[in-house]
Amino acid sequence: MREISAEMERELVVIGGGPAGLAAAIAAAENGVAVDDILILEREPELGGILLQCIHSGFGLHRFGEELTGPEYAARFSKKVVEMGIPSLLSTMVLTLHQMEDGCKEITAVSSAHGLIRLKARAVVLAMGCRERGRGALNIPGTRPAGIYTAGAAQKFVNIKGFMPGRRVVILGSGDIGLIMARRMTLEGAKVEVVAELMPYSGGLSRNIQQCLRDFDIPLLLSHTITRIHGKERVTGVTISQVDEKRRPIPGSEQYFACDTVLLSCGLIPENELTRQAGIPLDPVTGGAVVGENRETEMAGVFAAGNVLHVHDLVDFVSAEAELAGAGAARWLAEGDGEEFKLPIHPQGIIRYVVPQTVSLPAKEDVRLFFRVGEVVDKAAVIVENGGKVLYKGMRPRLLPGEMESVTIKAAALAGTEGGQLTVRLEKR
Amino acid sequence: MSETVKELTCIVCPMGCTLRVTMDGGKFVSVTGNSCPRGAKYAETEMTAPRRVLTSTVRVNGGHLPLCPVRTKGDIPKELLFEAMRQLDTLCVQAPVKIGQVLVEDLCGTGVPVIATRDIHLG
Repeated sequence: MREISAEMERELVVIGGGPAGLAAAIAAAENGVAVDDILILEREPELGGILLQCIHSGFGLHRFGEELTGPEYAARFSKKVVEMGIPSLLSTMVLTLHQMEDGCKEITAVSSAHGLIRLKARAVVLAMGCRERGRGALNIPGTRPAGIYTAGAAQKFVNIKGFMPGRRVVILGSGDIGLIMARRMTLEGAKVEVVAELMPYSGGLSRNIQQCLRDFDIPLLLSHTITRIHGKERVTGVTISQVDEKRRPIPGSEQYFACDTVLLSCGLIPENELTRQAGIPLDPVTGGAVVGENRETEMAGVFAAGNVLHVHDLVDFVSAEAELAGAGAARWLAEGDGEEFKLPIHPQGIIRYVVPQTVSLPAKEDVRLFFRVGEVVDKAAVIVENGGKVLYKGMRPRLLPGEMESVTIKAAALAGTEGGQLTVRLEKR
Repeated sequence: MSETVKELTCIVCPMGCTLRVTMDGGKFVSVTGNSCPRGAKYAETEMTAPRRVLTSTVRVNGGHLPLCPVRTKGDIPKELLFEAMRQLDTLCVQAPVKIGQVLVEDLCGTGVPVIATRDIHLG
């Protein structure tokens, strides 16, 4: 292994050692980048990312055909990284990323062990993941007592540190982490009074509504939100109001719930400070970089994958996406950018976004497009068109905002496409 | 007896299919809405004797972390979840722990073992 020093050069630096970073690094090595020329930078003291605190099962069904817990899924990849000899720097926080005059990327990072580190990399994979929306981003009125946590912070306390954040819990938001924590806190002896969801549908997987809420008779109030937090030193309760179709609280619908803890599970935000700082264009809807089919951003040689690119429901898809990015980075290092034409992809109507945002022509392989809808839709056809020509049409029995969808466009279907744009839309039955 | 239909959300995989189960009294008759045979089996078990995989943590002595995540190797009767939690709460294992290591041979008389879901090294 090459020495770690204050000034280093590597072919490929992977920022983030969670599921995306691990899979990208493995794929890059498998596609020809020498392991000694790769370096993974991870801010936590071990590889695995958020999976390490997701001790519940449900990971890996698509990829491994079995249900693993988060730590088991992470171990499959972190063990492989170690076996392959791909180096990583742990407890290392990346501070800056920018492109140098010669096209290489300069990364500065800090760690207790090595102090300030300056790295020059030809290619970079962004795999920083995402973070939770906190109280500050939600504008909940009321006092500012102790006892308010994001669901993920509570998950870390309970599953890693061994502390219970409280005994009587109200959860705002029905994202998967909130649902999982409703069950976890209940099993550990807390009483979860209620889960309030602003939207008229849950943001989590239906099976989590069943196995995390209904299994324990925890009520889910849809179209409800917290309109006041009570308590001086510690949370003593919350006021929950119903909201109208414009998500405004309905006067007179207030209900008081006594509690000592509020958990927030109100969505995830891709963590793109470095991306923004580097001047890489972002998609305002996903909050992640604009990328092509191999997950290369608009900055040559910089790739992005996983929750930093768009928030996924399933880690299996994070791994698959990161493999595209890792393989893409390997190919880029070997061949550079080709002379392809980039065809933009535009979501229409209630399709909120599509990743990737562009596809290179001529297409060498089939391209899978991932998208999300903005509302619940029953029985609709997904249509992908180019200048009036239908490249894909397929029925979906039901589309939910909480569940990512995908369509695969055959390379052959893209072959006749010369310009314009791809549009993705729904046709309701 | 008259037949009744109940709607369930399948929890076997993240697809979360909506199942419509026909029951005759306490007896399972048929199911629709499942996308795979595992969903059919889930519907029958869920309506007669529901089972769940339990994941939790146990205390660790001398490890690099204070807790080791664990899971049941297979599902256990749903009504035993809280009793199982109480048994796990009494447990304290010695580091190092290897992923897959059996920490409880038989959880609450179910015959189902509890295994570690990660490595814990000496800390």
